[in-house]
Amino acid sequence: MSEKVLMKGNEAIAEAAILAGCRHYFGYPITPQTEIAAYMAKKMPKIGGTFLQAESEIAAINMVYGVSSAGKRVMTSSSSPGVSLKGEGLSYLAGSDLPALIVNVQRGGPGLGGIQPSQSDYFQSTRGGGHGDYHMIVLAPSSVQEMAELTVKGFELADTYRMTSMILADGTMGQMMEPVSLDFDIKPQIEKPWATTGTKMEREHNIVNSLSLVPEELEMLNFKRYERYAEIEKNECMYEEYKCDDADIILVAFGIAARVSKNAVDAARAQGIKAGLIRPITLWPFPKAPFEKAVEHAKAFISVELSMGQMIEDVKLASSCKLPVYLCNRVGGMIPDPEMVFAKIKEIANGGAN
Amino acid sequence: MSTKQILLSGFGGQGILFAGKFLAYKGLIEDKQLSWLPSYGPEMRGGTASCSVIISDTPVGSPIVSKPDILIAMNLPSLDRYESAVVKGGIIFADSTLIERKVERDDVEVHYIPATKLASDNELGNLANMIIVGKLLSVLDDFNDESVNAALSKVISAKHADMKDVNLKALTLGAEYKED
Repeated sequence: MSEKVLMKGNEAIAEAAILAGCRHYFGYPITPQTEIAAYMAKKMPKIGGTFLQAESEIAAINMVYGVSSAGKRVMTSSSSPGVSLKGEGLSYLAGSDLPALIVNVQRGGPGLGGIQPSQSDYFQSTRGGGHGDYHMIVLAPSSVQEMAELTVKGFELADTYRMTSMILADGTMGQMMEPVSLDFDIKPQIEKPWATTGTKMEREHNIVNSLSLVPEELEMLNFKRYERYAEIEKNECMYEEYKCDDADIILVAFGIAARVSKNAVDAARAQGIKAGLIRPITLWPFPKAPFEKAVEHAKAFISVELSMGQMIEDVKLASSCKLPVYLCNRVGGMIPDPEMVFAKIKEIANGGAN
Repeated sequence: MSTKQILLSGFGGQGILFAGKFLAYKGLIEDKQLSWLPSYGPEMRGGTASCSVIISDTPVGSPIVSKPDILIAMNLPSLDRYESAVVKGGIIFADSTLIERKVERDDVEVHYIPATKLASDNELGNLANMIIVGKLLSVLDDFNDESVNAALSKVISAKHADMKDVNLKALTLGAEYKED
């Protein structure tokens, strides 16, 4: 195994992006993700890449659009209010079938909100973010190692399916340091015959555009896109199951909430309560398989979130509403502690809540 | 102890995050599982700075230390805020230069180190943080010369390599400090 280094989650994203061949970063500073931009500012000029602090988030996402059109790996990063500003650009990227990596290190909202960790952009991310019928692939890392690995994965999926991938992290994941190994497999980049790289008078023009004024044609584009989404839903779901096999009560959590939940599962098990955890790693596509298995033996789900329960809908859909889904949450920059989650498990185990 | 949950707290500028990073690197070198989580945002600028460090033989779950096994309190607001959070049987290290009161609890082990005074008496600038960490390592019987040296080399950038000796001196001073 390679040597492990200590890195902040934000730095791990930046380094992994560079390892994945990303040489173009555009962003605008915002807490708690600024280390990504700082890392890029330091590294990119040394390796012939481009770091550019744009005049706004809107400018940055449109620079991403430009580089992506030219077929290069490109990314931007921000935090919640900044990602809202990028919403229009995200929709245009989707409408033009352009790959890109977007990082959202979430903070409490709505509005300008606070700067402490949050997961309250779940709806915004998993339902697209901007206008129109589209999805992004949403990846939710739960360790610094995953911040790095899912960044690489995000680029690969984006290129394969010609769409945006989003790393949906939070302030804790961005700021914490853990040992990380950067020695992972990176596949060679795939060809992008659609890219606008100049015809050299040898081929027809490639056109990248999201404008389509003929309804019949625009309808077909949407149908085609959703065929691709169906393929992703079939092939690309990722999740972790923790002590689920015999569990009566199954927590559902991602990111920092999943780490807190693991402690709570262990505490419950120590007292003889059969608890488990499903940790979705892809939030879109949302993994159905572990839920279909869980409803065969479990009695209830508890969605543990740093939001007002935005994931509950997906848990209910994935489990076909066969079990009750309870909520254990803190919001606004607060984080549930393991004791609070454990208390909720006990309450449900004793049949207390409804 | 297979898992140590450590909370370091003080004013911004006292080197709280740095001291935490040193402990994290020491854990890394000793092949432990670990996490380091700083407080971030406005509170760093002049207010309280704190840092959660978890060193464990098993994978770390939540990186947030809300019930520390070990508390390093570098100022009074930190002791006021976190004294009650320390687990029963836990250990509190207090900078007694800056904290005049005693710890009120009687179910924890307490070490008072006049770290800020020791630092200025020994021309160690603002290394009160490392004096306390030195004491922590000696109390835990964990002052391993090799990993301490290696951790210092990691946590101090090459540009500031000349600071390694004074940091080691501060750690040693703390480790050898005898309480009254």
